[in-house]
Amino acid sequence: MTAELSGSAPAVTPLVPLVPQRNRRRAWKQALIGWSFAFPFVALFIVFLAGPILVSFITSFTDLRSTDIRSPFGVNFVGFDNYVDVFTDPTFRKAAVNTAVFVLFGVPLTMVLGLLAAVALNQGVVKIRKVFRLGFFLPYVTSIVAIAVVWRLLLGTDAGLVNGLLDLVGIEGPGWLTDTTYSLPSLIVMAAWRNLGFSMIVFLAGLQAIPTDMYEAASVDGATSWQAFRRITVPLLRPTLLFVSVITSIGYLQFFEEPFVMTQGGPLDSTLSVSFHAFNQFSFGNYGYTAAVSYVLFLAIAIFAFAQFKLLRPKT
Amino acid sequence: MTTTTAPATPPAVEPDPVPPVPSGQVGHRRRHGLLLHVGLIVGLLLMVGPFVWMILGSFKTTGELRRIPPTFIPEDPTTGNYRELFDRLDFPRYFFNSTVVALAVTAGNLLFGSMLGYALAKLEFPGKRVLFVLMLATMMVPAIVTFMPLFVLVSNLGLANTHLGLILPFLVGALGAFLMRQFISTIPDELLDAARIDGAGEYTIFFRIVLPLCGPALATLAILTFLGSWNAFLWPLVVASTEDMYTLPVAIALFAIGQQETNVALQMAGSVVVVLPVVILFVAMQKYVIQGVASTGIK
Repeated sequence: MTAELSGSAPAVTPLVPLVPQRNRRRAWKQALIGWSFAFPFVALFIVFLAGPILVSFITSFTDLRSTDIRSPFGVNFVGFDNYVDVFTDPTFRKAAVNTAVFVLFGVPLTMVLGLLAAVALNQGVVKIRKVFRLGFFLPYVTSIVAIAVVWRLLLGTDAGLVNGLLDLVGIEGPGWLTDTTYSLPSLIVMAAWRNLGFSMIVFLAGLQAIPTDMYEAASVDGATSWQAFRRITVPLLRPTLLFVSVITSIGYLQFFEEPFVMTQGGPLDSTLSVSFHAFNQFSFGNYGYTAAVSYVLFLAIAIFAFAQFKLLRPKT
Repeated sequence: MTTTTAPATPPAVEPDPVPPVPSGQVGHRRRHGLLLHVGLIVGLLLMVGPFVWMILGSFKTTGELRRIPPTFIPEDPTTGNYRELFDRLDFPRYFFNSTVVALAVTAGNLLFGSMLGYALAKLEFPGKRVLFVLMLATMMVPAIVTFMPLFVLVSNLGLANTHLGLILPFLVGALGAFLMRQFISTIPDELLDAARIDGAGEYTIFFRIVLPLCGPALATLAILTFLGSWNAFLWPLVVASTEDMYTLPVAIALFAIGQQETNVALQMAGSVVVVLPVVILFVAMQKYVIQGVASTGIK
């Protein structure tokens, strides 16, 4: 079809208008057509995304509460008061530390497991690779609610499967979700389990872009598998690593649904995240404060993503 | 992030087979290969195990589920959990809500996303670059930022606890437009110019030439959007305030939170009902999900 159509007419035929006025009319028409395609998206985008982002920013400098929605004239600008409140709030600090721990341990764990799975899948089992890929990826596309139900039962203190198995070998398992020492690590492991399929798929795509003759050459030169991995795979996978790292960090910095359905942030706020804290304040009706917390998170995400681009950018 | 998929030759997700092994290393390779496969199988068991346990558990009684040491295969399989679940909860209703919302959100993202994608890829108009950059910039904004303003907006529009309130905020997404723009960019300009010379308008070109060529990209976007909407939890939880508006995840979550650890077998059955449609859809369209994730990194 391509060949037929482009064969029947010259490839490039800009109609050169002789009169400048016609030129302007054409430009107008072009702009109109372009915007007619963009308009439905842009209108919805402004109302439901860009607008709310802006409103949230403005709100973070006001003392807006849910009770003020009907009579917005009682709302005052309070400068940076909300931000000061955020940083002096011990609950926020706790949530910020939890979120940082979640990201700093969760992202590397997820990526290492995803890379391991990708490298393994890229080497063996050609025939049933699809089955493995499906299995590893399944948790990623499953509702967090269903996962939470199952994992809560897996990690239950008395009747959980994990502690039941530990009991068989004579170990008394801890309260994975009810002990403040184990609650956050448990959620990190669960998140890694759930998300490693994503890294695996992206890494697999990246691995396939590496020409196999590079490995053959290395093998002829007597390189071990580990050397080949260190010297060929990792450097060539650098852009993919950066991409997965940025995407996973952006997701993990917002982590929320896991503690929401698994632990409700407890015990003793040990799994409360920044997003969760903002959501709680939203439920209490403290809209100004909510907006400030969410903008602090936004800023953290932007800085984190930017830093990774700086650090991990492929060297030229 | 800007990986594009060419319409003519979609990227082969299957990697090439293992290169031939030099004969001296065969023994080493074989041991290595055995280790590799054992590792992979253990990994697979850990990944899929919870799902298998969930399905098996949904056919057990709560008494058996709480027994120590735990049983794996149900001793006395029963469908009682499913019957009780369907008696106590209005599943057809939740299923209907989830389906309507997910289909509408998917349709919106496909149509509006591909229209904007076409404009960004193939048309010239003022503000195009700014629009593209702004759109991409919003992808870094955490969901919690817009949560409160959206809730106030939807409430003030009188759309709280309606299907529209569940649908409208997610009808367009930057990722959809981005994916479509990347894909449409790979369609040769000559093809479109030829149609223009033949007198076709931009809308004819879009619907008759561009969209039919976008099959793989549309399939990817459709399945990813559908899955995302089907699994969405927080927004429906807040917006749907009465039971007749609950989506499946909301109904199951509230049921599970209400039950805590008392009726675990019922919760297992409920989870199976939430997961099953997704698994079927995912298995059927695996290729497009994996292609989409690999090329844009979206869910």
